[in-house]
Amino acid sequence: MEFGQEFGKYKQVVCARATDKKIQDVAQDGGIVTALFSYALDEGIIEGAVVAGPSDEPWVPKPVVATTTDELIAAAGTKYTHSPNVWALKEAVRQAGIEKVGTVGTPCQIMGIRKMQVYPFSTRFVADKLKLLIGIFCMENFPMASIETFTAEKMGLDINDITKMDIGKGKFFAETADDNHGISLKETHGYEQAGCNVCPDYVAEFADVATGSVGSPDGWSTVFTRTDGGESIFNAAVSAGLIETKEFDDSVKPGLGLLSKLAKGKKDKNKKEAENRMKMGLPVPFDKYYEY
Amino acid sequence: MFDKLKKSFGKKETKPVESEVKYEEGQVSVKPTNKPKIGYIHLSGCTGDAMSLTENYDILSTLLSDMVDIVYGQTLVDKWIHGTYAEEMPHMDLCLIEGSVCLQDEHSLNEVQEARKHSDLICAFGSCAMTGCFTRFAHGGQQAQPKHESFVPVSDLVKVDLALPGCPVSPEMIAKAVVALINSDMDYLQPALNLASCNLACGCDVKTNITNKSLCTGCGTCALACPTRAMTMVEGRPECNKDRCIKCGSCYVHCPRSWFPYERIQKEFDL
Repeated sequence: MEFGQEFGKYKQVVCARATDKKIQDVAQDGGIVTALFSYALDEGIIEGAVVAGPSDEPWVPKPVVATTTDELIAAAGTKYTHSPNVWALKEAVRQAGIEKVGTVGTPCQIMGIRKMQVYPFSTRFVADKLKLLIGIFCMENFPMASIETFTAEKMGLDINDITKMDIGKGKFFAETADDNHGISLKETHGYEQAGCNVCPDYVAEFADVATGSVGSPDGWSTVFTRTDGGESIFNAAVSAGLIETKEFDDSVKPGLGLLSKLAKGKKDKNKKEAENRMKMGLPVPFDKYYEY
Repeated sequence: MFDKLKKSFGKKETKPVESEVKYEEGQVSVKPTNKPKIGYIHLSGCTGDAMSLTENYDILSTLLSDMVDIVYGQTLVDKWIHGTYAEEMPHMDLCLIEGSVCLQDEHSLNEVQEARKHSDLICAFGSCAMTGCFTRFAHGGQQAQPKHESFVPVSDLVKVDLALPGCPVSPEMIAKAVVALINSDMDYLQPALNLASCNLACGCDVKTNITNKSLCTGCGTCALACPTRAMTMVEGRPECNKDRCIKCGSCYVHCPRSWFPYERIQKEFDL
C-alpha cells in the first residue's frame, strides 16, 4: 500500500510491543514509550525522562521527571487531559540538573519543542539537552472538566472508580473494576479543547519516534521512527530484546490504511476549520502543514 | 566619586589611550577584510545579553577572530563615541543594541541616532532593546540619576531591522543568528525580522493572542520559555503571575501557535 505525507517523513513503520511483562501489564497498548525510555535510561542515552505521571487527583496527570524504570512504570498509560511536559523540561534541566533528557508529548507539544530547538530565543541551554522525543498519536485532547462531565453524565461513572481510559474503534472506553464502559466518540465530540480543531498533526510528524495504537492489533502499537537518533535507539531496544516487532503485512489488522484514513481525516477536517476561522479574520499559524 | 577614582588610578591615562587608538586603526587598515562589521551598543540593560554572547565558549574565539570584525562597542572593543576614544562611529553591517533607551539620557539618544545612520542593520539584541522588558517598570526618582525615568524600546526611536528577544537571549540563539547572518541565510532570520517592529510584550500576550483566539492546546512551551517563572500552567492553560512578569515577550515568541517554522524544522531535523 502506498502512503503519502499524511504520516510525515519517517524511516520505518512497524507494529511493536514491549516484551517485559511488567510493562505490558500497565501499558496503554504496546508499552513502547515506557520500554524505550527504560532502555534509554539503562543505556545512559538519557538520564531522565519527563513523562505524564499521576497527581493527587484521579486522572489528572502531572509532569514527572522519571529517572528509573519503576518511576516510568508508575507513570505508564494514557491520560486524556493536559500534562504540560514541555514546561517540566525546565525542571528536569535546571533543578534536577539532567544533562540528557527524553520526553513524551502530543504532536502540539513536539511542535513547541522543535520550534524551541530551531529558535531557542530564551531557553538557555535546554535545547542541547534533549536526546529523545517520543510523540504520541493524538486526535484531540480534553479539558479535565470535559472528561468529568461525559464520564459522569453520559456514562454514569464516578471518576474515582475508573481504572483505565482508552480511545479506539470509534469509542471512548472507561474501565472499572467490574466492567468496561464505552460511548461513541460522537458523544464526546464537542468536549475536546478548541485549539485541537486547527491541529494538522495526528501522528506526531516531528518526533524522533512516534507511536500510538491505531493500525495495530490490541496490545500492540504502531511505531514510526523518524530521525536518525530515534531510529538508532528504537533498533537498539529491539536488538536488546526489550521490544518485539512485526512488519505491517496484510495479516496485521486493522493496518496502516485505517491510520492513513484518520491522519488524512484530521488534516482535512481541521484545514476546513482553519479556513473558516481565517475567513472571520482569526489567526491560524499553519498553512502547508495540512497538505498530504 | 569620579575624581576619587581618577586619583587612585593616576592621571596619566590619556596618553596610552591615544596610542592604542592609532594601533587599532593601523590594524584595520593593514588587514582589510570582508568579514561582517559588527557593532555592539550597550544602553539601559544589565549586560546579560552580552554575557550570553560570550557564553558561546566553543565558537567564541573563532567567531571573534575569523568570522566577524567587531568595529564598535564600549565593552567588546573599547571604542565608543562618548568615551575617551572619541571619534566618529564607523560603518557597521550589523549593530547590536542591548538595553532600552533612556529618554533623559542624551548620550543614549545620540548613540541610537548615530547607530541608525552608520548601520545597515540594527538588531534589538535582547528583550530590553526589543520591548523595554523590565526597564518598563522604571519610574525615576532614584539614585544615581533621579531624572532617568523613561525607558523605551529602540524601535520607538529609530527603525529596527531585526529583534532577538530573550532575557537574556540565549547563547545558542545568538550563535545561530550570527551564523545565519554570515551565511546570508535570511530565511532563518525571517522571524527575527518579523519581530523588529514589536515594541510591546507581556505575559498576557499568550492569553489575548493564543487562548482568547482559540489556539491554545496547553502544551506548556510558554511556561518553559518564561525566564522568571511568572508563567505557569493551570488546568491546561497558561496563567501569568503579573507580579513576576518582566514583559520580555519570551512566552509568546516561543508559543508554537504564535508562528510556526514548519519548513525550518523539516530542514534542521531532516523531517
